Amino acid sequence: MLEVREVATFYGAIQALHGVDLDVAAGEIVTLIGANGAGKSTLLMTICGSPRARTGSIRLEGQDITHLPTHEIVLRGVAQVPEGRRIFPRMSVYENLQMGAIVADPAHFQKDIERVFEMFPRLAERREQRGGTLSGGEQQMLAIGRALMSRPRLLLLDEPSLGLAPLIVRQIFEAIGRIAREEKVTIFLVEQNAYHALRLADRGYVLVNGRVRLSGTGRELLANPEIRSAYLEGGHE
Amino acid sequence: MAYFTQQLINAITLGAIYGLIAIGYTMVYGIIGMINFAHGEVFMIGAFISLIGFMICAMLGIGSGAVAIILVLLVAMTFTAIYGWAIERTAYRPLRGSFKLAPLISAIGVSILLQNYVQLAQGARPKPGGHVVEGGFNLFSADGFDVRVTWLQIVIVVVTVVLMAGFSWLIAATPLGRQQRACEQDMKMASLLGVNVDRTISLTFVMGAALAAVAGAMFLMYYGIIDFFIGFLAGIKAFTAAVLGGIGSLPGAMLGGLLIGLIEVFWAGYFSSEYKDVAVFAILVLVLIFRPTGLLGKPEIEKV
Repeated sequence: MLEVREVATFYGAIQALHGVDLDVAAGEIVTLIGANGAGKSTLLMTICGSPRARTGSIRLEGQDITHLPTHEIVLRGVAQVPEGRRIFPRMSVYENLQMGAIVADPAHFQKDIERVFEMFPRLAERREQRGGTLSGGEQQMLAIGRALMSRPRLLLLDEPSLGLAPLIVRQIFEAIGRIAREEKVTIFLVEQNAYHALRLADRGYVLVNGRVRLSGTGRELLANPEIRSAYLEGGHE
Repeated sequence: MAYFTQQLINAITLGAIYGLIAIGYTMVYGIIGMINFAHGEVFMIGAFISLIGFMICAMLGIGSGAVAIILVLLVAMTFTAIYGWAIERTAYRPLRGSFKLAPLISAIGVSILLQNYVQLAQGARPKPGGHVVEGGFNLFSADGFDVRVTWLQIVIVVVTVVLMAGFSWLIAATPLGRQQRACEQDMKMASLLGVNVDRTISLTFVMGAALAAVAGAMFLMYYGIIDFFIGFLAGIKAFTAAVLGGIGSLPGAMLGGLLIGLIEVFWAGYFSSEYKDVAVFAILVLVLIFRPTGLLGKPEIEKV
């Protein structure tokens, strides 16, 4: 589904990714964990072409997308729930969802929005409310719902649990699991909340200072002593 | 009372023209955060295209004022929109992502270029034209003073109201308007959802230029004379209108246009017509000092 090869990304003179290699197969849930500043969000944005990889290649379903403009990458079935959710603050919940459906077939719209409302009933209650007035958890639900509206084949999620209460975090992870199972969407999940992410994921990668340090199945990584001491001990459930 | 009413009618007409130009400033500022200082010249180009259009109509023997106006408006909107598109494409887009002042300087360059281009192509002498709607009627008479409304004033106000209503609907209720608002609120996110941001920005310039063209046509008809320099003053006044209403706000631009029209006409009518421009620019200074977000603008919230 997604092949990332030797990708290096720069912000001006600062190198954020130092030759990242990873793969996500169709139907998988793959997670990428790492500390703040390791380059996780940069990798997700690089997959979407903003910023662009300076060297290396990114292939989606066998096709090279390294040099495509962002909106064309989205058109090929990639949706992102970005860092900080990036809900349009002065648009209603409904309009935010309409924005998600730009690249989708309009004939699906009614069905897809009902599906999102069924998954997140809170959004249905607040459909005319402005995005900027929602709580953090509701915004996260809206960001995921908005991404689903495009009927993506690959869903990229950037720290969906950040800043949310434990109960909401659990709901969000349940929803991600459901999306993978029921909608047959391939998921690439970036998280600092390693415990939840690795439990949900089929496989995981650990990113340290812009390089992939470790990879393995979710279970292997959960059991790895290095991971346990660096990412799991101290606070997570 | 009669004198006041007459001034009010004149002010609303002028305010309509400023409002149409101000929309172009406010939309462009909303989406890419720059003041398009060439927008006044786009308005001037629109007035010249209208002048040529009216002459062609006269040559073709189109006698009916209404038909001529509709034809001229369509032609002026189309050609001026092409200018708007080309300006963005050549003078601003290559500078996107550059330092903030770069497109501003480029805009001033475009403005000088267009003024000189029209001066060369059309001559520096003022050109009369656009006398297609004559006459009017007396609303009432009082204190030995006739309050007069011309048909042209009615045409200007009606066309403006229709265009503003249509444009507001376009922004509020169509997918295109939604994409535009999305780009305004978070351009990167809009592109992550599949919006072609470059195209949306181009369209913003196209729409702003088309509305400025209508303002140019009406300016020509109202004053009956234009030259290559009209864009400077009208442009800065419309810019003042956009700032007064709250730059970035569409209803603000309309309200600001109306208020600037009122201020200019009433100052000229009651105090001194020589100082009417001073009054308008004093407003610009006062707004920038005391209420930089304008009447309907929202304070800029830094995104975290």
